[in-house]
Amino acid sequence: MLRFILRRLLQMVLAFFGTTLIVYALMFAGQGDPIQALAGERPVTAAQRAYLTEKYHLDATGVGGFFYRYLNYLGGLLRGDLGQSLTGRQIGDILAAAWPVTVKLAVIAMAVTILVGVTAGVIAGIRRAGVFDHATLVLTLLVLGIPTIVLAPLAQYFLGVRWPIFPPTAGAQPSLWALLLPGIVLGSLSLATALRLTRTSVSENLRADYVRTARSKGLVRRRIVGVHVLRNSLIPVVTFLGVELGNLMSGAIITEGVFNIPGVGFNLFRGIRTEDGPLVVGIVSVLVVVYLLSNLVVDVLYAVLDPRIRYE
Amino acid sequence: MPTPVSPTPPDGHLLEVRDLHVEFRTGEGVARVINGVSYHLDAGETLAVLGESGSGKSVTAQAIMGILDTPPAHVRSGEIRYQGRDLLTLGEEERRRIRGAEIAMIFQDALSALNPVFPVGWQIGESLRQRAGLSRADARRRTVELMDLVRIPAAAKRLGDYPHQFSGGMRQRVMIAMALALDPKVLIADEPTTALDVTVQAQIMDLLADLRRDLGMALILITHDLGVVAGVADRIAVMYAGRIIEHADVRALYRAPAHPYTKGLLESIPRLDVRGQALSTIRGLPPNLMRIPPGCPFHPRCPYARQVCVDEVPHDLVLGDGRTSACHFAQEVHDDRAR
Ligand SMILES: Nc1ncnc2c1ncn2[C@@H]1O[C@H](COP(=O)(O)OP(=O)(O)OP(=O)(O)O)[C@@H](O)[C@H]1O
Ligand code: SF4
Ligand SMILES: [Mg+2]
Repeated sequence: MLRFILRRLLQMVLAFFGTTLIVYALMFAGQGDPIQALAGERPVTAAQRAYLTEKYHLDATGVGGFFYRYLNYLGGLLRGDLGQSLTGRQIGDILAAAWPVTVKLAVIAMAVTILVGVTAGVIAGIRRAGVFDHATLVLTLLVLGIPTIVLAPLAQYFLGVRWPIFPPTAGAQPSLWALLLPGIVLGSLSLATALRLTRTSVSENLRADYVRTARSKGLVRRRIVGVHVLRNSLIPVVTFLGVELGNLMSGAIITEGVFNIPGVGFNLFRGIRTEDGPLVVGIVSVLVVVYLLSNLVVDVLYAVLDPRIRYE
Repeated sequence: MPTPVSPTPPDGHLLEVRDLHVEFRTGEGVARVINGVSYHLDAGETLAVLGESGSGKSVTAQAIMGILDTPPAHVRSGEIRYQGRDLLTLGEEERRRIRGAEIAMIFQDALSALNPVFPVGWQIGESLRQRAGLSRADARRRTVELMDLVRIPAAAKRLGDYPHQFSGGMRQRVMIAMALALDPKVLIADEPTTALDVTVQAQIMDLLADLRRDLGMALILITHDLGVVAGVADRIAVMYAGRIIEHADVRALYRAPAHPYTKGLLESIPRLDVRGQALSTIRGLPPNLMRIPPGCPFHPRCPYARQVCVDEVPHDLVLGDGRTSACHFAQEVHDDRAR
């Protein structure tokens, strides 16, 4: 297990270099004028040009120059210095402000997913082919069929504007209450997937041979389902939730955009729109780390939950 | 309908299945899986239930245990009497109390029959904690005893191991220990050795025979391998298409089978005393249980078949020595020693 974790950490280092290199290259290489690319559509004065040339070592040209700049950037990253965005703010500060908001949103979405999705999935799995099962099948197909880009504005309009139950937008320092509706919208997709997955897993495990054994031991049904079946059924579900939490932590561009939530996705989107190269590369680099770490946690969790899995 | 092969004790048989009918109702139709099975078991006895795959051995056993999935299974009629009470008339809660404590069962594939995510000690101890109300410490102590009883080496050290960490034979021993936890009076072993190597098979059979004797249980041994049962069983019930077609004392059955199907089964096991004989097998396939042939269900495959076999269902004929055979020509087959 320890060897597995170490090997995975090594792979993560490689993956980290690879992805940051690609993002960095996409953002900065192959541009006619890197300074113009950096600055986006704003005019660049001679003084700015000189400053930026100096700052990003643009005097070195060609592939060698590109790698020089990339390594330089990476050096900063490893020291915890994400650099400055084109607006002059420290990217570290931007993320420090945005991340807690995104995490809150992710936690709400995850809570909704677990409380509603997993619970309903267990019930649907136990009462397979019943009314509840069919109803949830239709509902989840509906949710899975509507993209967030449609669902988010619809929810905002109906539940925030038409019948103002929730605040329609979140604002600069959003409260938990203001994040509730976006959290539900964001979680609806994971909820639907978690529900289907749980339902399938439970109904499959109910037919497993070990259930027959548990019955032949004369255990009460509550224990057979609640202990034997659930413990097995939740292995894929917990794994899925782990991956999903990692995704949610990386910010939700559409949901945060629609509800005006100043989270990571919101800032990333703004960076892309204003062609703020350093901001985009900075955020993506951190997201890569978050993503890789959460995947590692999921793999370890999987081995903990399923004794048959032994990573060597 | 008492089965004449062994006399009925004054207060009835320990376990008796009478004229059981079970069908499975699926999308494709109704499969008549059990069509009037009767057999019985007395205290301390070993009954072997023999038959090809699909003949209904497991379904009968699961009906006794009350662990058939209903639906698709449906018990149409019959009785399953345990200590005089018809289990089929009991409520689920009463049946549950009998499972494991009075009648226990072990299954063919111990790897899938054990829960993969719990340690074996936990699984054996579960019955003790949940059913017998033992404390954790007592359950643990008793679990080690049970594991010793089924001869799992270093039992105390293996309590925390998971099923996949055991060999096939050891896993089956775990299953047996689990089934013995509540001191059942009847143990049903459903092809307990089929998934194992030949040498391990013999060890498990010996273990079962010893346990049956030492613990004074009655054993129903389900198998499709005639070779396995010879040394262990007292009586044999041979099943075909959901019926018991021959029911006899082991030695009598080996000496002279009274049903063409049993005869075919015996001829398909290699014999040490006849050198270089060609192994015969029963031609054809068992019937589709959704369309069981009229008359004797075995007639399409039977070398003795005549017109009456197509027209009339043979009833159990009682032969001289108290055995039964569901064949119109039972006596003739019995006397036909040309094997
Ligand atoms: N859940 C089920 N649904 C439909 N048919 C079933 C089901 N369980 C058993 N059957 C059918 O019942 C018949 C008898 O099955 P059973 O398991 O009792 O056979 P068996 O004699 O134990 O055979 P084997 O040696 O393969 O274990 C088979 O034809 C099988 O297809
Ligand atoms: S009744 Fe006829 S077909 Fe059936 S086993 Fe006897 S001889 Fe064969
Ligand atoms: Mg079977």
